[in-house]
Amino acid sequence: MSTVETPRTELTWPGEGTSRIPYAAYTSEELYRRELERFFYRSHWCYVGLEAEIPEPGNFKRTVIGERSVIVVRDKDGAINVVENVCAHRGVAFCRARHGTVKDFVCPYHQWSYDLKGNLQGVPFRRGVKQDGQVHGGMPKDFDPKDNGLNKLKVATRNGVIFASFDHGIESLEDFLGPDVLHYFDRVFDGRKLTILGYSRQRIPGNWKLMQENIKDPYHPGLLHTWFITFGLWRADQKSQMVMDAHGRHACMISRRNQGGASEVTKGVSSFKEDMTLNDPRFLDVQPEPWWGGPTAVMMTLFPSVIIQQQVNSVSTRHIQPVGKDAFDFVWTHFGFEEDDAEMTQRRLRQANLFGPAGFVSADDGEVIEFSQQGFRQRPEHATVVEMGGREVENTDHMVTETLIRGMYRYWRKVMEAGPVHTSTLAAPESGVAQSKERGRRCT
Amino acid sequence: MNFETYQALLRFYTDYAACIDHGDLDRWPDFFLDDCVYRVQPRENYDRGLPLATMSLESKGMLKDRVYGVKETLFHDPYYQRHIVGAPMVLEDTAELIVSEANYVVIRTKPGEPSEVYNAGRYLDRIRRTADGLRFEQRLCVFDSELIPNSLIYPI
Ligand SMILES: [Fe+2]
Repeated sequence: MSTVETPRTELTWPGEGTSRIPYAAYTSEELYRRELERFFYRSHWCYVGLEAEIPEPGNFKRTVIGERSVIVVRDKDGAINVVENVCAHRGVAFCRARHGTVKDFVCPYHQWSYDLKGNLQGVPFRRGVKQDGQVHGGMPKDFDPKDNGLNKLKVATRNGVIFASFDHGIESLEDFLGPDVLHYFDRVFDGRKLTILGYSRQRIPGNWKLMQENIKDPYHPGLLHTWFITFGLWRADQKSQMVMDAHGRHACMISRRNQGGASEVTKGVSSFKEDMTLNDPRFLDVQPEPWWGGPTAVMMTLFPSVIIQQQVNSVSTRHIQPVGKDAFDFVWTHFGFEEDDAEMTQRRLRQANLFGPAGFVSADDGEVIEFSQQGFRQRPEHATVVEMGGREVENTDHMVTETLIRGMYRYWRKVMEAGPVHTSTLAAPESGVAQSKERGRRCT
Repeated sequence: MNFETYQALLRFYTDYAACIDHGDLDRWPDFFLDDCVYRVQPRENYDRGLPLATMSLESKGMLKDRVYGVKETLFHDPYYQRHIVGAPMVLEDTAELIVSEANYVVIRTKPGEPSEVYNAGRYLDRIRRTADGLRFEQRLCVFDSELIPNSLIYPI
């Protein structure tokens, strides 16, 4: 039994509970490595994609969990498998295409081949080469292909969404999400077939947790996102609820749009401009959908890997892919539903102008995350203030609160401050992986 | 295509790039017809026939709304853009319409930072001849760049 963790960096938490977060939580290389181990590679279901991305047998997509390259593939029986993109032989990150259709996986180096479940099926010259009546070389007699397959991950799908884990001892996806969060998950993903509208990819130079925190922060949209405020999509007094799972790690920000215009709450907001109208109002041609069931926007943060967005008619998953402690890739998959008519699809695409790296209300988020990281770097001994709405962790029915961020860090501390964890339950090999991921994920 | 038309096309392309590089955003919608399409789209989506674009504007009104958003509502780091546009390849040339393509590279420079290649791609254009000169009916910016370095604020 071995441990992968070296002596520990201990943080000083200046406030009560998690109301002050040390900057070093975002800048320490050692803590980042521990986060990868404890959140991305163990005990947590990580998002890897949507079933609609790989509808047919043989379809695959390459993606990442934490910093590890993995392949999500539908096999001949229609089952979905997730395998690590590392050849059992020489560690080659063999899958280079980002998506495609295959009959099997073949590593280019020595042509070891695997079926779509990750089983080793072919080793060239395994029995050696016959020459002058003699057999030369070959694998040892006790070499067993069964023990030399690709690293297979545990897979869970729910209503078209695929999660995977390196940890085969993990609880069920349903238990992982908890009933309150699952309820909102099923609101979007209720079994309807999804259609993929496309991808958006950006690299944000900030620690990956800042994106989780951004979507756990209902205090900022009515202030930072002037566009939201100007056109009446978000106001601090709109009906809303903040809901967490029992651990405080996942959360939902649920809100109901009210009419725009001036009121008490817009008085203190310097950026609010009354009487602004769009030249082309189709950006906000909102069509309520029956499945909303009341709320007009529900933003879900599923810790650690994904955000599920429903903002009026725009729905997407946003995959968080950490790239070192100082940056993460943020991959948006916009989708619709099979029953959408052409007009609804067009509406979803048009409203996508609000989101993504150029979005009227999302470009701001990436920018402030970058600036936060810059501040953290220059004063690692300092701490952020997360006291809006008190110092406690609790669900609320208003948005003037940072309770969800405190909740996430309460959970973060519990996991990160636990003693070193033995890795015997981990299926993942520890070597050769970190080195190969950079090349593995960059190529198309 | 005669020399004069090609000359006019080149000039239209260089005017467009100069307008954006000078930060003269208010003038940007004037390069387009009222009924127009402007889209900045990852090559990945374009090649796979996926409709999602990073920016997808369907009228001159939407272009004006984008300009308003950039100038008045979007919070972002300031930066310069420098467009290097290749010679246009003319695919179709009729009395009313020019269909052409051109490669482009956009270099971004933030205050105090070195310049960096920001976005590389090609323009796919449909250009109408009007009484006021050439105007875009469609400009698609299909970019190779796999990752947008954080955000994309100004038009390409
Ligand atoms: Fe935001």
